Amino acid sequence: MPANLMKGNEALAEGAVRAGCRFFAGYPITPQSEIAHYLSKRLPETGGVFIQAESETAAINMIYGAAGAGARALTASSSPGISLKQEGISYLAAAELPCVIANIARGGPGLGGIQPAQSDYFQATKGGGHGDYRLIVLAPASAQEMFSLTVRAFNLADRYRIPVLILSDGILGQMMEPVVLDNSPGPETFAKNWATTGMMGQRGPNSIYTLYLDPEQLERHNIHLQAKYRLIVQSETEAVMEQVQDADVLLVAYGIAARIAKAAVKQTRRLGIKTGLIRPITLWPFPSQAIFGAARANTRLLVIELSAGQMVEDVRLAAPAGTPVHFHGRTGGMVPSVDEIVTVIRKLADIGDDIDESFTAVVD
Amino acid sequence: MSRLLRSLTDREFHYCPGCSHGVIHRLIAEVIDELDIQEKTIGVCPVGCAVMANEYFNFDTQQAAHGRAPAVATGIKRMLPDRVVFTYQGDGDLAAIGIGEFIHAVARSENLTTIFVNNAIYGMTGGQMAPTTLLGQQTATTPTGRSSKQAGFPLRIAEMAATISGAAYVTRVSVHSPGHIRAAKTAIRTGFQNQLDEKGYSLIEILAACPTNLGLSPADALAWVEQQMVPYFPLGEFSTTERMVQP
Repeated sequence: MPANLMKGNEALAEGAVRAGCRFFAGYPITPQSEIAHYLSKRLPETGGVFIQAESETAAINMIYGAAGAGARALTASSSPGISLKQEGISYLAAAELPCVIANIARGGPGLGGIQPAQSDYFQATKGGGHGDYRLIVLAPASAQEMFSLTVRAFNLADRYRIPVLILSDGILGQMMEPVVLDNSPGPETFAKNWATTGMMGQRGPNSIYTLYLDPEQLERHNIHLQAKYRLIVQSETEAVMEQVQDADVLLVAYGIAARIAKAAVKQTRRLGIKTGLIRPITLWPFPSQAIFGAARANTRLLVIELSAGQMVEDVRLAAPAGTPVHFHGRTGGMVPSVDEIVTVIRKLADIGDDIDESFTAVVD
Repeated sequence: MSRLLRSLTDREFHYCPGCSHGVIHRLIAEVIDELDIQEKTIGVCPVGCAVMANEYFNFDTQQAAHGRAPAVATGIKRMLPDRVVFTYQGDGDLAAIGIGEFIHAVARSENLTTIFVNNAIYGMTGGQMAPTTLLGQQTATTPTGRSSKQAGFPLRIAEMAATISGAAYVTRVSVHSPGHIRAAKTAIRTGFQNQLDEKGYSLIEILAACPTNLGLSPADALAWVEQQMVPYFPLGEFSTTERMVQP
């Protein structure tokens, strides 16, 4: 199939349309704006609805309504806006409404900056809103994956009745790459007999609600949610493993950081250092087993993030006892260079020069 | 049994004696039955005393987060434009935490109907000051009476909504007497009929009694609505600004 040169944000938006998304509501924020620009043209062409909402809270609640009415619905924002959506995300998770939320993340905390970051990992994977809930969190690493993982996100959302978050960043959103708009596997269809579409003479009333005043009922609801989450852990956890079999230094990175880490693996292999890369595709569920299984005796794990160290906590939990877990990260929109990571790897492989300790810490 | 309504379940209301919610629920159910739209109606319930309205209405419902009902209803109605979608909201829900969602749903002229129950107090959380609490009114958080200097002025929502071009129908009614209840039902019917006629946003503000949190008997609470609320919140239909029709 021919490739189209697209921004990652546009690829995500086109993926949503091809996944059958017919409702988008969002609020302007850099660096996600192209998603709204694209869908304001594209959705009406497909009979879909585009709404520029008055706020992030309104946008996420419009998604709640549209998803509850049985539609495939998307909202997108960037870090500060995703913080504002957290109330709605908790309600969507509680009501088990399938939908997709994209975070084209930028540096924080606070208003932060508009440059790329991965410092929303905790918020995405541990639950930024209140209550015991999980989202499926997908981490694309290319414009192509901004497209294909968005299609997958809608299928997963419907299959499990769960909000799916795409954790991207300002680089992936803004950079242009060739994207093959491959429709396979394409949208799957699911019966939504729970949706509030009006009874229409077919059934009794459906209600979408999140209030359980009886604590026994609320606990039962939580037990039901947790059982669903366990099923997702068993069935949907995914990571890409590259050159892990003989690796002495095993890098763990997702998204744009994995692209840089991959280049560092290639360079260090040329230097004769046995390096490999584990790239989580699903950040929740986290590929703990893959990391545990790949770490051999004497393996050093090196986590690369555009943050002060967030995913590193999950890697540390996943690593076999005694396996050193090192971390190198940059924050605030700064992006580590390949050479910077190569230097860290050389140091870890005991052949290296002095490294700048301010960005690197041993976490074991 | 001839007064049993299809659009209400047989659940007993949990509302306090003298509370207006039961009356207003019934008026809505009567209108939906009479318009024969039960099968295509989706109600959006608020956070507040009416949070469990989904258990009383015998049609599809969604329960929204506090104040977000107009945004939720927007999502439903845009995906299902041939269904009837309404929000049921109290004064804390609509006029405080949800004022943004409300104003902008009106501005977009969403083809929705909103039943706004104004009883000048937060009920479910224990009688705190609402955005519509009257000056001088004692509440759990204005123990010496609401002072404008300390807590500002009560919002007149219907008047505010009527200034927005997207508003198709704005009226304020009350349920403090049988005559006013009949007028309230007529207003509710107009609000739903407007939606069927695709006229845009309809707001029916209903002055209501909360005897428990006012510390009054049911009868005295109705008298309070008439004597204290109606002078500040005048009843009647508000002329809506000339609708601006653009491509």
